[in-house]
Amino acid sequence: MVTNMSSTVEYKAKDYKSDVHPDWCPGCGDFGIVNAIQQAMAELQLKPSDVMMYSGVGCSSKTPHYIKTYGVHTLHGRSLPFATGSKLANPNLKVVVAGGDGDGYGIGAGHFLNAGRRNVDLAYIVYNNEVYGLTKGQASPTLKLGAQPKSLPLPNPNDGINPLAIAISAGYTFVARSYAFDAKHLKATIKQAIEHKGMALVDVLQPCPTYNNLHTKDWFAEEVEINGAKYPRTYHLDAQGYDGKVHNPSDPQEIQAKKLQAIQKVQGNEPQVALGVFYQVELPDFIERVKPNIPLLQQYVSAKMPIEDPVTHVPTTDLTAAYAEVSTTAY
Amino acid sequence: MEITNQFSWMIGGPQGTGVDSSATLFIRACAVAGLNVYGKREYHSNIMGEHSYFQVRVSESPVHSHVDPIHLLATFDDETARIHAHEVVEGGYFFYDANVTKLENLDLAPGVKTLALPYSQILEEVAAETGQPVAKLQIMKNTIAVAASLAMCKFDIQYIEKALKGIFTGSKAKLVPLNMKVAEKAYAVIAQELIDAFPYRISAVPDAPARLILNGTTAAALGKLKAGCRFQSYYPITPASDESVYLEGHPEYGINVVQCEDEIAACCMAVGAALTGVRAATSSSGPGFGLKAEGLGWAGINEVPVVVYNYQRGGPSTGLPTRHEQGDLLYSLFIGHGEFPKIVIAPGDMSECFYDSFHAFNWADQYQTPVIVLCDKSLANNTNTVPTIDESGLRINRGRLVTDEKLAELAQQPDYKGQFARFAYSEDGVSERSLPGQEHGIFWNTGDEHDVWGHIAEDPEIRVPMHSKRMKKLLLAAKEIPQDLQYKLYGPENADMTIVVWGSTKGPVLDALPILQSDGISVNMLQIRLMSPFPTEAVSQILSRAKVKVGVEQNFTGQLARLVRMETGIKMDHMVVKYTGRPMSETEVVNALRDIAKKQTEKVVLTYGH
Repeated sequence: MVTNMSSTVEYKAKDYKSDVHPDWCPGCGDFGIVNAIQQAMAELQLKPSDVMMYSGVGCSSKTPHYIKTYGVHTLHGRSLPFATGSKLANPNLKVVVAGGDGDGYGIGAGHFLNAGRRNVDLAYIVYNNEVYGLTKGQASPTLKLGAQPKSLPLPNPNDGINPLAIAISAGYTFVARSYAFDAKHLKATIKQAIEHKGMALVDVLQPCPTYNNLHTKDWFAEEVEINGAKYPRTYHLDAQGYDGKVHNPSDPQEIQAKKLQAIQKVQGNEPQVALGVFYQVELPDFIERVKPNIPLLQQYVSAKMPIEDPVTHVPTTDLTAAYAEVSTTAY
Repeated sequence: MEITNQFSWMIGGPQGTGVDSSATLFIRACAVAGLNVYGKREYHSNIMGEHSYFQVRVSESPVHSHVDPIHLLATFDDETARIHAHEVVEGGYFFYDANVTKLENLDLAPGVKTLALPYSQILEEVAAETGQPVAKLQIMKNTIAVAASLAMCKFDIQYIEKALKGIFTGSKAKLVPLNMKVAEKAYAVIAQELIDAFPYRISAVPDAPARLILNGTTAAALGKLKAGCRFQSYYPITPASDESVYLEGHPEYGINVVQCEDEIAACCMAVGAALTGVRAATSSSGPGFGLKAEGLGWAGINEVPVVVYNYQRGGPSTGLPTRHEQGDLLYSLFIGHGEFPKIVIAPGDMSECFYDSFHAFNWADQYQTPVIVLCDKSLANNTNTVPTIDESGLRINRGRLVTDEKLAELAQQPDYKGQFARFAYSEDGVSERSLPGQEHGIFWNTGDEHDVWGHIAEDPEIRVPMHSKRMKKLLLAAKEIPQDLQYKLYGPENADMTIVVWGSTKGPVLDALPILQSDGISVNMLQIRLMSPFPTEAVSQILSRAKVKVGVEQNFTGQLARLVRMETGIKMDHMVVKYTGRPMSETEVVNALRDIAKKQTEKVVLTYGH
């Protein structure tokens, strides 16, 4: 019997499961997202020890503990700069970031925005449930003005932001939305985000069964009426022939047109909710941008750059030229 | 009577008109002539127009501070003249531009001679000879001021040319002959009778050893490069940015310098990079350093080796953003909520900025914890000639990194579960560390308390040994860090008066010691460099031998004095403090310590300087 080694499945979804059991509330959308991440990793056959799974702080930020890769549960709002440091220092690693909407769009908003400017090769999955779950349901930056889920003593006096529109204008090169209970779509979208070279955002609508009684699993499952006709609440962009991908990244006009199209599309078609990839373009990522200026990065990743003699531990950096710039005898 | 190679010079002018360039030329010219030089730079939080000045001290023997008396002040604007003219001492010279400054408005000391430099005339001559428009040559006023000053000291002009060749390299080399033309004209203006009426001479020192002309930010950057730092993240802030910009300007060493969206990102990015095994650092100053508190705590609980520089400046808040202070000692020791082991080292001169940078990365790796290097504006921006770096003893120690072979072996164990006990308890508190990408090395990090794998754990049974494990790394560091890096006693082993210094107050006190000793005062100086873990026993012993203990610091409250008392129970008998935002001079320190020796003044507050 001939075995085709290349088609051998080495890692199954269960290989990405850690021994730690999720402590989320029953019915939480987060379970589905973690499953989708594990399945996407299995389909991509990512070697677990080559993956860093990052997160911030909050319910969803416990994700890395449930996944058996290098897992880094960072500070509230700071997952992106931490993950950026790791990816830039060792681009051979696959770096995936998870976190909540409060974490990413609230306390981490500055990093969320600036990550777009750098286009580091990261996949950022935001569990968006419109509330701060772990602190008992306060309003998050995506909760609409006037909305009052049961956890709020008064209606929300702030308006909600559209994270996808921000991501597109900030320079993210992959911008998608999915839904926690649309398992197949979610897995496929996360997979695309991980495969995408550059800064990818997947905003995942995720019902919080404990605090958000407005946008529940049932609400997402409802049919909505538009001009007398019934439609499902959520629909897939690609099924409608939408193409968010820039096919010629060297054409600034196509980029501009696709960005405008995406920004219009992410505003929604209420009461329906669109799911899918709104915008995608392949452009040089951060390391590719800096490599021409730092020749050693063409040879090594920073984390593996030799700095010492392995036997004597004498530092190998030769500062002769730098000393000469400030020496009294070098003229 | 001629006074050779003990010279104090000042140049001032509006920011952005070349004051720094003039000082650089002056310093380099003297340094290449074999002299020791110390330069003090003062500037406003402004780019163009506000008053700035540079004070340069030249000496045949090593100097580590400036002195207050000015022997020659070169000006080309009226503001500098009005602010600084009174600082020129009898027998000194005052250079000015008669087009902008009227002598009758100035507060010149008796016996100060004046000379109106023909700036415009020289520039017009050069313009005519070279065909360049006069407007384009305005920056050359600096060269006129420098050359005329050095001509007064009978300084050999060939060293000006050598210095220019060092400053203008590559495509700028064509500026050397143009500047020399200007310098020669300035030399010609200084008639022999002017020189004869001026007692100060700068004379080349033959066979002087090679030295480096360093400021603290460059020294720190060089130390980082030598240590193998290949990742630095930063956010622009004065005076720390100079270091990052230097590193970014030297991409040939392979360092990736990332300018971040904020100080928090700069800290977190360095920590994230460090996790992968690269030696990583971030540099900031007071307000920016404060924003790194949470990231430092995370690095502490996750045992990540990261080096953080704090170039202190005048505080609180934005404070005196371009001025000097040592106000962050206690803050640096206590930064971050909760408890985690930090190593805090405070270099006292440009050489120590290099060596402490180098060692900081070893300590970060050996003790798997943040190392804070506490520098200050005076060290950062002032310039000093220092001995060439002695690299012979430098070795890199990456600490306890687990090998691939050992991980493969562990993976063969029957109880192997596909993960590595990164935070395994150990006798000395240090655990073996795997790096992401290493097979069989999987572990987790979390800002929460955690078990040996890095998973969240709140049980007291785990909390107590895990917290103890981290904290006891400080005991190991205290034992292993070489004594001469922890503290140093200068002068006699036993003395009546022991002066306790840290950071940049080392310079003026070191220079003051021989003067005080020649006064007949029995005195030595204890420099404390390692602030955490604190060398408690050694400091106690040294201070117990002294009859009188004097703390010299650039802050209001005497932060080192408080730390010494906290750690040893020993109280300083006297304090010399300064919080004007300007570094102490040797002159001030000598006067203050004489005052304390004679009159037992309890506290001297220094205020000299603009």
